[in-house]
Amino acid sequence: MSFLEVKNLKTYFHTRAGTTRAVDDISFSLDKGEIVGVVGESGSGKSVTCHSILGLLPQPPAKIEGGNVSFDGGEILGLDPPLLRAIRGKRISMIFQDPMSCLNPYLRILDQVAEPILVHEDVTREEAESRAMEMLKKVGIRDAEGRANSYPHEFSGGMRQRAMIAMALVTKPDILFADEPTTALDVTVQARILGLLRDMRDELGVAVLFISHDLGVVADVADRVVVMYNGKIVEQTDVLSLFENPSHPYVKGLLACRPTFETKYHTLPTVEDFLETETSSDGSLILRERPDSQERLAALEREVEPSACSDITLLQVDALKVHFQSGGGFLGKPLEVVKAVDGVNLQIQKGQTLGLVGESGCGKTTMGRAILRLVHATGGDVTYDGSSLTSLSGMELLPFRKRMQIIFQDPYASLNPRMTIEQALIEPMIVHGLGADLEDRRSRVVDLLEEVGLSSAHLRRYPHEFSGGQRQRLCVARALAVEPEFIVCDECVSAMDVSVQAQVLNLLRELQDRRGLTYLFISHDLSVVKFVSDEVAVMQAGRIVELNSSEALYQNPREEYTKELLHAVPRGDLETLRQRLH
Amino acid sequence: MFRFILGRLLQGLLVLFALYTITFFLAKAMPGEPFTTEKNVSETTKQYLRKLYGLDKPLPAQYIIYPSKIITDRDFGVSTSKGRPVRDIIAQSFPVSLILGLGAMSFAIGIGIPIGIISAVRKNSWVDWSLMAVAMVGICVPAFTIGPLLQILIAANVPGLKVAGWGNPLDFLLPAFTLGLVSAAYLARLTRGGVLEILSQDFIRTAHAKGLSPTRVILKHGLRGGLLPSVAYLGPAFAAMISGSFIVETIFQVPGMGQHFVNAAISRDEFLLMGVALFFGFLIIMMNLISDILTGILDPRVRIGKAAQ
Repeated sequence: MSFLEVKNLKTYFHTRAGTTRAVDDISFSLDKGEIVGVVGESGSGKSVTCHSILGLLPQPPAKIEGGNVSFDGGEILGLDPPLLRAIRGKRISMIFQDPMSCLNPYLRILDQVAEPILVHEDVTREEAESRAMEMLKKVGIRDAEGRANSYPHEFSGGMRQRAMIAMALVTKPDILFADEPTTALDVTVQARILGLLRDMRDELGVAVLFISHDLGVVADVADRVVVMYNGKIVEQTDVLSLFENPSHPYVKGLLACRPTFETKYHTLPTVEDFLETETSSDGSLILRERPDSQERLAALEREVEPSACSDITLLQVDALKVHFQSGGGFLGKPLEVVKAVDGVNLQIQKGQTLGLVGESGCGKTTMGRAILRLVHATGGDVTYDGSSLTSLSGMELLPFRKRMQIIFQDPYASLNPRMTIEQALIEPMIVHGLGADLEDRRSRVVDLLEEVGLSSAHLRRYPHEFSGGQRQRLCVARALAVEPEFIVCDECVSAMDVSVQAQVLNLLRELQDRRGLTYLFISHDLSVVKFVSDEVAVMQAGRIVELNSSEALYQNPREEYTKELLHAVPRGDLETLRQRLH
Repeated sequence: MFRFILGRLLQGLLVLFALYTITFFLAKAMPGEPFTTEKNVSETTKQYLRKLYGLDKPLPAQYIIYPSKIITDRDFGVSTSKGRPVRDIIAQSFPVSLILGLGAMSFAIGIGIPIGIISAVRKNSWVDWSLMAVAMVGICVPAFTIGPLLQILIAANVPGLKVAGWGNPLDFLLPAFTLGLVSAAYLARLTRGGVLEILSQDFIRTAHAKGLSPTRVILKHGLRGGLLPSVAYLGPAFAAMISGSFIVETIFQVPGMGQHFVNAAISRDEFLLMGVALFFGFLIIMMNLISDILTGILDPRVRIGKAAQ
């Protein structure tokens, strides 16, 4: 009997719209000192599994329909709330994805870290606080004594996640549920947090259930992996076999559709290249391997070709600066200047993609917006197709608004929830006088929808009626509606599951081939940037530290910072995995 | 912090001056003058009265004299209808309104906030629905309905409580309750909304995951942020409560400040009008400042003087 044994767990959500089988008859186990990765896309039931075990689900709408969870020899599913609370936070702890929203903004860090001790053990406040302080030091909070009385907003993202880990480990639990603990963090910070989790496992012997959508991250920490799809476990095995020899078509697809540094495909494979799904008569999903998956892959492989080189400079950025001022008001704080973009030079050739990578806060988003004049540049010049944009007035800028477009990270937030798709796509056409009349515009909208893989059936729908991937396709269609030449893609696939990400990346590629588009592709994900870009610029603290062709930059990085970034990326390939395991 | 308060006080002075300007010119724009009565008063008498109150001077001079006298002599002028200094009138009636307002505030907080919390915790249950229905009634029913109802139902039946009047220690109870009821109802709704908002946050799930009991989760993690909307509302609401209510004071025959707002306007008593208006403005500014400071204490993210990273 394993330390934690989940058997036939079923958690359904009963709502007016019907029943969702969020967790559908799954069994797995976790032994002492083991790290088990749980992988799956959003909605696959990973988090619900954890929450079911700990009794953290709101019931209703959730209902645990069946199964057993034995922990250290005793059944804990459906345990009396007070008894379960004695386990929660004491013997099984949990850390969550977003360390900002998961820490209480109104309480000091030290109070929050000491709280589990005070709740579960009969100790004085001083003792609890001194133990909390010790744990804060152990998880690597610099100057813990000086900073423990700060509030969460005074910590950086990485520090917050460390505090969260300290809070979970402070009671020396047997098991730690880590729900996407590094997803919201930069790669370098992520690498450190993953290292910390491994150290804590070695030092404290805590077993970790590590939930992630990212196979690369899981390959970096896990001993065994459980892959979930649609509430079911489709494969569970040790991490090496999973990467060496995946058996389930979904897992094969998942492994193949991630762009890695080695990806040579022009078009990424998607999960659909491997997996066929069919809804059976009783409403459950049947998964089958595509009989033609080998042929499909082979077809993709043949498409390898470098993108056509062009020598026409479409966009030129000279010494661009964007400085923000804060404070300096009447009797206010002294004036502070934040140099978000601080003297950037770059150029993009027509029909090419420039990747812009950097960690959060490095100024990459601000730069993308400054190029489009969505924020005001403090200095420098942006030349587009021979004309300087920086000095243009509102009306003079209008023709360039048509030629230059942007796609944002969050497709939901960037579509007006009160406009139908048809209205949202026709609006920019009206502004720029495209299309002869409503009929003409409508037929253009239908063409656009088909081009991004949607259909005219979607015309009258509102944004909330689409899935995340479809919404981003809509944003692409919205950008394309005015027939631009140049598009800034600002983290436009960052919030997506890898399988959806592959589809959108393929779409962007396809459009580039067909329409000769030029992209500025902004992302924190170095693997994705490698896949889409001809040239890559690395940005740090408002400046470009290295700019080179994609191939050269990833093969032979010159700058220390670039090396550090590349080193921190979880590779998720067999070679790295073997190195770690041996 | 000091800088923040100083800045806000200076800002308040500007607001007060703007308030004075508007009140001054509105009062002057009213037809007639303080000494217009149906009685036969001779022009000589009127001339004399005008001279006495300084109303014979040109408008710009009057506009400047009033505030300068406030600054130099703390002299708010003399009420033309009562013949007494405005300062004395306020000094006499404000303590009454203050007691009434403090009582009303205690009722509002004591009833409104617990109801809001209970409603939030029992979200969408019959408890929540009935409490919120009562709160809605509290907002809708005006004081001139509640006041007489209390007089008939309670004052007439409970010994020690009088229907109207001011003098005994218990006399503040019924008018304070009447005055506080609307605020209690608003507070209940604001607290419910605020606590619900906080209870849906991720850090509440974290608190549950730590093994805290539901009560502790609400009291320690939910309440602090959940009270923020109520605190913002209480600032101006408190200022309004302690500056008196014409309706409640009239129903219960309380000699508070509220009557002067109405009477001064009706009798075209411009010094009293400007005096109470400025005093009310001063109260609003101070209470808003206090509620902003309280918000800062409750929510470290808006605290002044610490740079957020």
